[in-house]
Amino acid sequence: MNTLIAIAVLGVIVLLAEIFNLRKAIIPVTLAGLIATLGLTVTEFGVTESHYNNMIKVNNFTVAFSSLFIVLTIFLIALSADFYQERASKISDFVSIKLFLLAGSVSMVSFGNLAMFFLGIEVLSIALYILAGSDRLNVKSNEAGMKYFLMGSFASGIILFGIALVYGAVGSFDMDMIYEASNSATTVDWFYIGVSMITVGMLFKIATVPFHFWAPDVYEGAPTLTTATMSTLAKVTAMATFFKLNMAMNGNMKFEYELVIVIVSIASMTVGNIMALRQNNIKRMLAFSGISHAGFMVMALLNLQNATGSLFYYTAAYGLAGIAAFTVVIYVCKGKDNENIENFNGLGKRNPLMAGILTASLLSMAGIPIFSGFFAKFFLLNQVLNAGWLVLVIAGVINSMIAVYYYFKVVSAMYTKEATEEPAKVPFEFYIVAVLAIGLNIAIGLFPSALMDLF
Amino acid sequence: MDVTLLLILLFIGAVATYFSGNAIASKVALFFSVAALGVSLALLNQFSQGTDISFSAQWIKNPNVLFALKADGLSIAMVLLTTALTPLIVLSGFGNNFNNAKNFYALVLFMAFAMIGTFLASDGFVYYIFWELSLIPIYFIALIWGNGDAEARKKAVIKFFIYTFAGSLFMLAAFIYLYQKAGTFKWDVLVGLDLSATEQFWIFLAFFLAYAIKIPLIPFHTWQANVYQKAPTIGTMLLSGIMLKMGLYSVLRWQLPLAPNAAKELQYIIIGLALAGVVYGSIVALKQKDLKKLLAYSSLAHVGLIAAGCYAMNMDGLRGAVLQMIAHGFVIVGLFFAAEVIYRRYETRTISEMGGIRQQTPKFASMFMILVLASVALPGTFNFVGEFTVLYSLSTENMVFAVIGGTTIILGAFYMLRMFQHAMLGETNAKMFADVTVSEGIVFVAIIGFLLFFGLYPKPIIELITPSIQEILVHVK
Repeated sequence: MNTLIAIAVLGVIVLLAEIFNLRKAIIPVTLAGLIATLGLTVTEFGVTESHYNNMIKVNNFTVAFSSLFIVLTIFLIALSADFYQERASKISDFVSIKLFLLAGSVSMVSFGNLAMFFLGIEVLSIALYILAGSDRLNVKSNEAGMKYFLMGSFASGIILFGIALVYGAVGSFDMDMIYEASNSATTVDWFYIGVSMITVGMLFKIATVPFHFWAPDVYEGAPTLTTATMSTLAKVTAMATFFKLNMAMNGNMKFEYELVIVIVSIASMTVGNIMALRQNNIKRMLAFSGISHAGFMVMALLNLQNATGSLFYYTAAYGLAGIAAFTVVIYVCKGKDNENIENFNGLGKRNPLMAGILTASLLSMAGIPIFSGFFAKFFLLNQVLNAGWLVLVIAGVINSMIAVYYYFKVVSAMYTKEATEEPAKVPFEFYIVAVLAIGLNIAIGLFPSALMDLF
Repeated sequence: MDVTLLLILLFIGAVATYFSGNAIASKVALFFSVAALGVSLALLNQFSQGTDISFSAQWIKNPNVLFALKADGLSIAMVLLTTALTPLIVLSGFGNNFNNAKNFYALVLFMAFAMIGTFLASDGFVYYIFWELSLIPIYFIALIWGNGDAEARKKAVIKFFIYTFAGSLFMLAAFIYLYQKAGTFKWDVLVGLDLSATEQFWIFLAFFLAYAIKIPLIPFHTWQANVYQKAPTIGTMLLSGIMLKMGLYSVLRWQLPLAPNAAKELQYIIIGLALAGVVYGSIVALKQKDLKKLLAYSSLAHVGLIAAGCYAMNMDGLRGAVLQMIAHGFVIVGLFFAAEVIYRRYETRTISEMGGIRQQTPKFASMFMILVLASVALPGTFNFVGEFTVLYSLSTENMVFAVIGGTTIILGAFYMLRMFQHAMLGETNAKMFADVTVSEGIVFVAIIGFLLFFGLYPKPIIELITPSIQEILVHVK
């Protein structure tokens, strides 16, 4: 609860700082504030309480995911100063929007009421629409913002429709009531229709097949820092929320629903990976790779009782690797009019550290030990096999092989091709963010119990 | 003192080499690899006195993973193979000037670290991690420091990586399945599991994919010759000398005890595949013009015979296989190094462009001759002991196997001696062939000394490995 208030207040402070002409202080103050908030959040661990008539419920799930979101946001905001250098006059807008986005994320994992859930998802989505279209003079960014807004609001509409049907069936927005209703034998049919519609909307937000068509275009067009936000923070948030919704609404999951999840998972992994093979633009490639990772993450739904830890681990591993990778992408593609893989040629010689970090994060995404991406996949596949879906394990394994090919395409471009230009200077904070993110990624790989035993 | 010391030492060695700078990186790497050899000999001494040098600690609670390293005779023999070859491999690089030498030698030591972990791990999950970890350094070594056209090299290396990675992922799936049954990855629990015939069949197959690609067995060998040719010689030595022994070792340690019934059922098919590799490798080697490729195919043939020995699943087969693993590890490193020594002087790997080396450097020629003879298993060399034991065990299974396996010796003698004739004798090449340098000489003498000594007196190694092979055979039967 305190987390949410602190983040929202921080957002307002950032806006006020602009008025009082303290533009230079915005990013340091925000980072300090977020670190303090992280501390505040972590101390709430182990507490279970509810606020405002059960609107907000705090438990370990909430605290763990909120902390992850705050960590990811700290990284994203640390990158902002350099990224928005040319539009420094708008920096307060960009930072405060990211903070409100974080507020949306936190309320999405801590809701106790469907109204709160919808509020959270809208706060998050609207912030993302703005950020996607925030490069006003760039046609691609405009297109991305528009596309994302049209498709996203459509999905929000479907979610809202689903919420209405669930309300019609249960007579309450409260998650506890919904949980009871979902377990009772007398639930009316439109409850399930409502659940299905919410599922459709959430699958859109996570960008899983067949609701993935927006992702590559929006990822490519949006400013790269926004792409980073979408593919790490927003995707992870949507996945955690989807998991939480299912725990409440799908306590005894029907076989048909499980089958849908299995099909979505296999289709996402396969389509995402196969499409990624053909991409030459690294943002599009990471978009498709994100789709295949979404396919992995939805596997957690098949074992709702036990998979919380595995899902949290996966989201942390994926989010941290994504931040590290995008930091390097932002650095390499700065001032370029495209994000093609050729830009990475010879990075191994131009800047060995940055090349090493990108290599490590791609290896993590590919699922190679000792990086945490490997453990994440392993834990999830373990849960899935525990739930009896051998076919999904085999599909996941085959997809891991396909994925190696396109991740290594970038790696070999960095180390075997000759550089075409002189190395650019790396801003200091980029080093810190990239090293910290990949360091955390490896650290949780070496000590997986640190996260797995939280739940 | 336990085996973790060895891992820590090599890991620190890799880090220290990286930070030592390009100028002295090779010497730092040599220092740490020699230190690792010293430590492993000390460990061997402790082990033979009966001290327990295994290590085990809880690593991940959920799922239940132990960081467990078990040292028995077999794994100590393989560890010694690695630590003995690593200094020689590092030393063999002294004549080359690598760009970014610090990265190169750090990767070599890191690879030794990962391979030793694979040989020691007794928890399936930890074993898998080390197994995969060894892939990353060799990928970069071959990709960055390899020779030939960059595009062709990239293709060969990525094919190798995806092939091996794909195979091992099926092994991981099998391990996850076993974990669901046993609730642990520990070796002694897993081999005690009571698995149905179907389960064993699929688990055997999943492991087989991983190992058949790594060893490699026909029809999974297509990555091998290209990578051997395109990788820098040090990379080829690591691959052929140690890394493919990981596959063979794993067959003995994991695959056979885990799925013995399936192994017995499929025994003839797999020995057939292995022997097909023997014949195929030998015949293709006859046709090779490139020295490194010829050695790659001869390696395919020899390894096929070792694999056949493993799947013979009797005392002699397993023992002969292990002996031959060690012998082949040494001899192939020596032969690839000889190819590199020639390349340093003649800048060619094409056999027809060499010639007349013996007149200029009789010393090098005689050392090369001994290596060639060892590789064709001349009595008196260590290779003879291993190869003969394997062939004997095959003959107890089925005489036909032994006859086909015996062709390695005949064909091997033919193509190796013909190669020697073309490369070392005959017309003198226009270029000067300088005598071997001190560091080159040390490598050759060490390898030849090892092969001849244990060729005449193999008893210590046999005594070291026999108890653990007996233990494995208990699980197989």
